Amino acid sequence: MLSKQQARAFFLGGTLVTFLIFIGLTIYSFSDGNDQTNYENITEQVVRGKVIWEENNCMGCHTILGEGAYYAPELTKVIERRGEGYVKAVLMTPVPWAPNERKMVAYGFSEEEAMDVIAFFNWIGQIDLNGFERIVSPLAKDKQLTNN
Amino acid sequence: MLLLVLQITYGFIMGFARIGMDGLHDFIPFNTARAVHTNLLVVWLLSGFMGAAYYIIPEEAQRELVSVKLAYVQLISLAAVGVAAIVGYHFNWWEGRKFLEIPRQLDYLVVLNVLLFLALILLTLFKGKRKTTTALVLSMGLLFAALLYIPGMLPFDSQVTDSFFRWWVVHLWVEGVWELIMGGILAFLLIKLTGVDREVIEKWLYVIVGLTFLSGVLGTGHHYYYIGVNKIWLIVGGIFSALEPLAFLAMALFAVNMYRKGEKKHPNKIALFWTLGAAIVSFVGAGLLGFAHTLPQTNLYTHGTLVTAMHGHLAFWGAYAMIVLAIISYSLPNMTGRKFYDGVRGRVAFWTANIGMIGMTMAFGVAGVAQVYLERKFGMEFMAVQKEISIHFVVLILCASLFAIGILTYIYDFYKHGRPTDEAMETVDSTFL
Repeated sequence: MLSKQQARAFFLGGTLVTFLIFIGLTIYSFSDGNDQTNYENITEQVVRGKVIWEENNCMGCHTILGEGAYYAPELTKVIERRGEGYVKAVLMTPVPWAPNERKMVAYGFSEEEAMDVIAFFNWIGQIDLNGFERIVSPLAKDKQLTNN
Repeated sequence: MLLLVLQITYGFIMGFARIGMDGLHDFIPFNTARAVHTNLLVVWLLSGFMGAAYYIIPEEAQRELVSVKLAYVQLISLAAVGVAAIVGYHFNWWEGRKFLEIPRQLDYLVVLNVLLFLALILLTLFKGKRKTTTALVLSMGLLFAALLYIPGMLPFDSQVTDSFFRWWVVHLWVEGVWELIMGGILAFLLIKLTGVDREVIEKWLYVIVGLTFLSGVLGTGHHYYYIGVNKIWLIVGGIFSALEPLAFLAMALFAVNMYRKGEKKHPNKIALFWTLGAAIVSFVGAGLLGFAHTLPQTNLYTHGTLVTAMHGHLAFWGAYAMIVLAIISYSLPNMTGRKFYDGVRGRVAFWTANIGMIGMTMAFGVAGVAQVYLERKFGMEFMAVQKEISIHFVVLILCASLFAIGILTYIYDFYKHGRPTDEAMETVDSTFL
């Protein structure tokens, strides 16, 4: 039967090895050849959009890249699905947007702010998500099929 | 004095639990309620862990805390920061990053606070008469939990990188170091409640935390499947996440076996209920339900749906909420000197809360699976699907009410039997000082 010493060695050894592999894989994932996010396309406008996204806790209702709360639609391919005009209208409206009775906070953004958020969505929409991008947004998927 | 420190902590815990777990659904806007809900959970669990550490470490080290006064300061200020954050959320003051919404300025206060906490615990441990494995594992968990807070504070321009390192905090907390904390508390309770030899329990504690890290660290990969990083995570995350239930299985088997083996019958039945309950429900909620959607092929469809909420509720309840309630149930009679060990109310609290939570989990599960099929397979609009599944939320609310009744009963017991009498304090002080 396993002794306490062996059990401790198993714990410390296992932790060290998996942690080192984890760090290694992290470095590998962020090495130049493996970028799936079009990192070079992140403009100042995209970053401003991300800041607005965070400052208003959009993730508290919506999901993006499949992450967030599950109260409001996924926004990963929202521009493809709805078009810029629709999204801009939702962001700028002074009254709560409520399609199908579920209300969104009326943020009443300026045009510039709305365009920043749209730039952020556009950048998000181009990321290679290992196949998830085709599942997550059925309407965008239909559009892609018709385009092909 | 130690008693009062704990009393205050637990008071806050209960307060937080009440706000966090009740009256949730009608909050407007949703994003505020959601941030408050998850953050309160984190704050009350953390204060529970800290309270537990303030109880366990001195007892294991056979030495009083180095400074009980500072422990007060630390706990009260943590609660103050938590409350400030919650109030802030209502005025749009947050960072909007799932689970780590606390604004940056408050982040620094949390860091200071936790450093103070660690200093108190580690000093007590090193000055103590003995250093037990249980105490070491618990302290290690707390130390790593603090260290892992840091990656969440790094600023990134890319949403993907941001998300990647956010999971270093969130995942490595709940599926890594928090399990160390849970394991430490569980081991302590089992030693006390079953009377099984410390050497045996601590050996298995090593095996369990070993399994936890072996599977959990690389299991982080299951958050990286579809967020825009390399496909290698599909393989690594898939394999190691599949191993994650093992740690929880081991924990459940360990607790049940130790209970069977135990010769000593500790009179505190309620604490035993919660302890064994935590070990078993965490296996179901965290282990099995987690596994149900961590295979990459499944997660491709369930990523970002209510299926995640289903897993999250039972996992947090089983693994962390119940272990905190267990240590409260164990330590309360010892601190107040009352022989409050068993009772109808205590059992009612245990069963209603658990049945309620299982019902909630099932409601989330059914809603989640329906959502996956309608939205992801048949391509229905998000809101159309939400209307279809709204009935499950009625069930959810009913079960949540049952759950709340259980928790309220627990709190009622806590207040009724929690106040120390002078007589009781003397007993406690002579044990600890």
